[in-house]
Amino acid sequence: MDNWTFGFTMVVVGMGGTLLTLWILGFCMNILKKFFPYKKEEGGK
Amino acid sequence: MIGTIGKALYGLVDGFANLHWSNPVMIVVGLVLLYLAIKKDIEPVLLVPIGFGCILVNIPLAGLMEEGGFLRIIYDSGVITEVFPLLIFVGIGAMTDFGPLMENPKIFLLGAAGQFGIFLTLALALILGFTQKESVSIGIIGACDGPTAIYVSSQYAPHLLGAISVAAYSYMSLVPLIQPPIMRWLTTKEERVINMGVVKKSVSKTTKLLFPLVVTIVGGLIAPKGLILLGTVMLGNFMRECGVVSRLTRASENEIANIVTLLLGIAIGATMNGKVFITPQTLMVLALGFVAICLDTACGVIFGKILKVVTGGKVNPLIGAAGISAYPMSARVVQKEGQKYNKKNYLLMHAMGANTGGQVGSVLAAAVMLSILRGLGII
Repeated sequence: MDNWTFGFTMVVVGMGGTLLTLWILGFCMNILKKFFPYKKEEGGK
Repeated sequence: MIGTIGKALYGLVDGFANLHWSNPVMIVVGLVLLYLAIKKDIEPVLLVPIGFGCILVNIPLAGLMEEGGFLRIIYDSGVITEVFPLLIFVGIGAMTDFGPLMENPKIFLLGAAGQFGIFLTLALALILGFTQKESVSIGIIGACDGPTAIYVSSQYAPHLLGAISVAAYSYMSLVPLIQPPIMRWLTTKEERVINMGVVKKSVSKTTKLLFPLVVTIVGGLIAPKGLILLGTVMLGNFMRECGVVSRLTRASENEIANIVTLLLGIAIGATMNGKVFITPQTLMVLALGFVAICLDTACGVIFGKILKVVTGGKVNPLIGAAGISAYPMSARVVQKEGQKYNKKNYLLMHAMGANTGGQVGSVLAAAVMLSILRGLGII
């Protein structure tokens, strides 16, 4: 594979893939926080 | 008889006779690393063994890096096998509290933006004539994460391992010098004074416990080639959060991390033989490493500005600079910069969130990169 194709693919798919993956993880965190909400009593433990 | 005595005496000056011009230069480099570590307190835990290893390997005829040599055994056991960086990752996960990140999950996106420098530097390295695998290894300096850089470069560009490791650790410790000018250049005074308020505790213990499992499973399915990086960090974090294996957690944070750091440092120093290290390539690697961290900071701050617009002005773009993996240094840099413009602005916990997001982001960026390479058939 030529360097131009490789570089372009890595930049676009790499940056996009990282952003998308972390967005998905952030979304999962929001779901977890909804299912397991923080209880004030936990602050004292 | 005289000939025999002559040969015996020659054995005592052989070391001097076999010195290559690059050896004394690298011995001086090793001394400089020791000076930076001891007098300037720049990453001493790593630069001391690296500096000493560099001195050892540049004394000729000692055979330390030859087959069966002391340094070679350490290098083959822990660097070639990738075990050392992975064990350090377990310790890093055990030391990290991802609470501030989970309290505001959109900060994950800053952790992603803070890794864009990796891919942009990769492209730049290709333009400058490095091979595809070398460019991948050089770009990963932008992860600002020593173990990640060592893991990737030991597999795909082992001849650049010394330069890449020195660049990664040195620039990480120079973050307080590198980041502030970029942060000031890319933000307006009005943006720098945005007050983000107090981070409220909103994360349950169950969420903190499930976080490493979710990241491992979801991240691993998306980027399986990098699962070992992700899995080891999250193993350490899971041990921390479950609370029932405190002995293992303490050992990971302390004894294991310390022993492995010592051996890894020596092994990295052992790759810095002058004949291999002093090349135009090394200088270019060091320059590109600097560029990678600058680009990370710039992309993080620019993404912070985007988040500011999207949230209606609630996000201070300065925290974008903390989206790199230099934890917790980068968060402290953001706090200090924010306070310069608004004494009532406590950005530290928000920046810590971005910084821990950067830790996850750097590992995920490496995982994504390796998985893409696998998809392209390059590895």
